[in-house]
Amino acid sequence: MLKINNLHASVDGKEILKGINLEVKAGEVHAIMGPNGSGKSTLASVIAGKEEFEVTQGEVILEGENLEDSAPEERAHKGIFLSFQYPIEIPGVSVTNFMKTAINESRKARGLEDMPANVMLKLIREKAEMLEIDRKFLSRSLNEGFSGGEKKRNEIFQMAMLEPKLAILDETDSGLDIDALRIVASGVNKLKSKDNAVIVITHYQRLLDYIIPDFVHVIHDGKIVKSGGKELALELEEKGYDWIKNEAVI
Amino acid sequence: MDLKDKLISSFMAFENNVDIENPVHNVRVEAMKNFEMKGFPSKKEEGWKYTSLNALQKTDFSIFPKQVNTLEYKDVKEYFIHEIDTYKLVFIDGVYSSNLSETTHDGVDICLMSSALNKPMYKQIIDVYFNKIASQDESLTTLNTAFSREGAYIYIPKNKMPKKPIEILHFATGNEASIMLQPRNLVIVEENAEVQIMERHQSLTANEVLTNSVTEIFAAKNAIVDYYKIQNDAAEASLIDNTYINQKDKSVVNVHTFSFGGKLTRNNLNFFQNGEYIDSTMKGVTILGEKQHVDHHTLVHHIEPNCESHQDYKGIYDENATGVFNGKIIVEKLAQKTNAFQQNNNILISDKATINTKPQLEIFADDVKCSHGCTIGQLDEEALFYLQSRGIPKKEANALLMYAFANNVLASVRIPELKARINKLIANKLGVNLGFNL
Repeated sequence: MLKINNLHASVDGKEILKGINLEVKAGEVHAIMGPNGSGKSTLASVIAGKEEFEVTQGEVILEGENLEDSAPEERAHKGIFLSFQYPIEIPGVSVTNFMKTAINESRKARGLEDMPANVMLKLIREKAEMLEIDRKFLSRSLNEGFSGGEKKRNEIFQMAMLEPKLAILDETDSGLDIDALRIVASGVNKLKSKDNAVIVITHYQRLLDYIIPDFVHVIHDGKIVKSGGKELALELEEKGYDWIKNEAVI
Repeated sequence: MDLKDKLISSFMAFENNVDIENPVHNVRVEAMKNFEMKGFPSKKEEGWKYTSLNALQKTDFSIFPKQVNTLEYKDVKEYFIHEIDTYKLVFIDGVYSSNLSETTHDGVDICLMSSALNKPMYKQIIDVYFNKIASQDESLTTLNTAFSREGAYIYIPKNKMPKKPIEILHFATGNEASIMLQPRNLVIVEENAEVQIMERHQSLTANEVLTNSVTEIFAAKNAIVDYYKIQNDAAEASLIDNTYINQKDKSVVNVHTFSFGGKLTRNNLNFFQNGEYIDSTMKGVTILGEKQHVDHHTLVHHIEPNCESHQDYKGIYDENATGVFNGKIIVEKLAQKTNAFQQNNNILISDKATINTKPQLEIFADDVKCSHGCTIGQLDEEALFYLQSRGIPKKEANALLMYAFANNVLASVRIPELKARINKLIANKLGVNLGFNL
């Protein structure tokens, strides 16, 4: 589904990604771990098409199509979803209205009519229930005054609504207490299927107790320095990142 | 003949038509003398540095309509907040329209300035309030005073509240090639009384209109006044709005100004806090394009202790639009424990749009909290990326962010149907269908 070849990316002339190679197939869950500043979030942003980052070498290919010239919204229309570490507050636009706009813009891009209001409402209700989101919450302004947990749950709600092919969860576990973590993770697990894929970016292992990865990759200094199965995450939890860094130097 | 000369000669004709035995006659004559002496303000004056009235003064405005014009409700319905029942004071080319209006004397007086100025039963109130807070030397205000004859008269006695909000609408029909209107409003809200007023000036054609309006508002102890100004006029309409507000102990006055249209708009909004524990709020949303110009001048005069003032003005300027925000706060020596906040945030969309923003604080007390901030910027890139990553194209994402930027000023609008209307106007003004009904 996603193929990343020798990806180099810079911001303000400073190289952050220094040759990433990664292949994610449909039905798989990949975890990307690594110390702060290693390039995890940058990788997520580059896949989603953030213009601030300049891709200097390599390519990101989604279902055989090079994404090089695609704007962020076009990538979204093609099925990429990025759950933000710090979701933005949009006063005056309710969660429901925001979803209507997002869904209908995606449909428009695919040449479809607006989703009928009753279908939309039913869908919203269904997904909100799945994530144990109160109905009152849906009429609040997007992310405005939301707690850290509410913001993250709302990100997963948006993911559930947009049904992406590839979901990238950037530090979705930060700011979540254990109950919220469980709800968010169970939401992600319910959305998982053989046709879509998930990339979980995290600093800590604990989210991976709930979203079990098929592969774990460790990024250090802009490169994937180690890949393995889910046991690699446990090893990292136990030993920290230093042994990886040392290994990388050797 | 320039506009000043025309006004001076018109004044004589005007005086021939009004009762010169009336004490207001003397007020008018005094005011006219002042205007004759001062004339229109020029750009040399500090307060008019960025707003020129030169072009307007060269226009041959009719000072009085040549005929009485009428309008059908169905043709102008869209300009009313027609989703709700309201009292209405409607003026067509400056003349009261009884068939479009709905006045009342049921416990409160919501009627015509001309009645209040001429009928003996109002004399006592007119003597106490008329032209008492309006400036006696600001030339445009004195010009309005000289020609004061018609407008809204609203008197809410102690402990009363009108059954419904009040709409004041001024229509210009365009039957004159160009017309100058000078409405004069007087609003008196007595102790523990409350009122909600919406005011709109609307030109119905592309013919030129110049409105020079004066409103005096008196809020007695514990009174609550909500005043909403909708400025979304046609491209050839200019408005000079002079509003003077006198507040007594524990009164609350909120003025919202929505400036989305017109050629030239100047708002002179003046608050005088003559009491303690007063709350004064000024909020504004300005969205302009083309060559439109809006100049917001606010003044809050903190005279006594323990009072608050809040100002929050947001502006979005595109194309060649120009904006001015000048917020003056005076805190007198006596006015300890004053809390005065002022905020003016602007987004410039085009390289040619301009905003001049200036806080002006004169503080003579030492135990006060005064804060002010102004920003001029573009939209947040991270927020834009967030919306795009959800599939919302850049243009729509930009509009949504501007909408959000302007929207938080609306939280304090207390008439839901008005809020919905303003939301719609903002969305239209930003030129984008956001995919849902605001």
